[in-house]
Amino acid sequence: MTDIAIDPGLDTAPPETAAGTVQSAEPGATPPPGGGGHGPPPVPNFNIVPVRALPVVAVLLIGLIVAISSNNLWALTFFHVAGGGLWTSLDLFLGLVLGPIMGSLSIPARIEFTTKFMPRMLLIMPTLVAMTLGAGFQLARHVGNLDVSYPHHGWLVASMVIVGVMAVIALGLLEPANLAVLFELKKPHPNGARIQRLMKVFIYTAGITGIMQIATIIIMTFLASR
Amino acid sequence: MSATAEVMPPGFGEPDAEDLRQADFPPVMPIAVATLILVVAGGVFVASQYGRPAKLIVPTILAGVAVLLLIVNATLVLRVKEFARPVFFRVFGWALLAYAVIAGILEYVFIYDSTPARVLTLFTAMLILFAIDVPLMLAYSVARWQPPDAR
Repeated sequence: MTDIAIDPGLDTAPPETAAGTVQSAEPGATPPPGGGGHGPPPVPNFNIVPVRALPVVAVLLIGLIVAISSNNLWALTFFHVAGGGLWTSLDLFLGLVLGPIMGSLSIPARIEFTTKFMPRMLLIMPTLVAMTLGAGFQLARHVGNLDVSYPHHGWLVASMVIVGVMAVIALGLLEPANLAVLFELKKPHPNGARIQRLMKVFIYTAGITGIMQIATIIIMTFLASR
Repeated sequence: MSATAEVMPPGFGEPDAEDLRQADFPPVMPIAVATLILVVAGGVFVASQYGRPAKLIVPTILAGVAVLLLIVNATLVLRVKEFARPVFFRVFGWALLAYAVIAGILEYVFIYDSTPARVLTLFTAMLILFAIDVPLMLAYSVARWQPPDAR
């Protein structure tokens, strides 16, 4: 996982903090206090909640409700498999690929990436989780896997426990860190060390849930092949 | 994995007033996480008994303890001095809306599946706890790092 050593006490700015590196990224970027080439890197202007993506979320959630209310096997399977696959892939990609890359980026580049990436994650992850769990529960009930008489009921309960642990990690650590980073970046003078700490929590927890997802996939593919 | 040693730009990494205030804050996040664990455990316990008359004593106790923890936590948050209350309530309100939608979808599934009344009541209570506890965590985790006068 990304390992970032921070020395907040040194007063030598690295070359990449020179003014203009990110400042020109978007209009409305916050200029570094005091001007000049030294000081906190500029933070591009951004929205905490990407409002333009909300209709997409609404369409997906309405589709989920229709799938549940129609009990359509294909639709339930689609929402469960597509949602679960994307959820797992994103977690693994974030924790094992993107995290280490982010750790090697310059601070201005990391800030610019974070301001574009984290707001999207704020909508994507809860939507995928709702799709996967909502459709999954209904699918299991519909095909009889949820019933205690199902021969592999124990495996299903094991997957529920794993998902429960993942939900606690995601909702109790990952999402709060995500939101706190965005609000910190909205401050006139964001605290870099705090952002680093919170991003580390975000990346680590995404990696942990991603690895736990592999256990879920093993159980799910086992059940689907019975 | 990569290991990157780097230097923060001046004025970008020093502990600030928000860092210094953290020690004065009550343990809201651990209590909120404990509440969530109780709710999730109760939900899994009930769901695992699907298809036979559910034993509700354990999940009812879990939900009862979760209610107590949530009340204690809400009281702790309201009693914090030097706290960015406007930010807390703004984030809490929007998060409550979002998680109410998610909880509403799950409630719809349970009603649609003709879940027995006693089980449905317990599930509904747990969903309400979930829909309040998660926004509380999100709002607190934002507000604790904001200056008290932040809006």
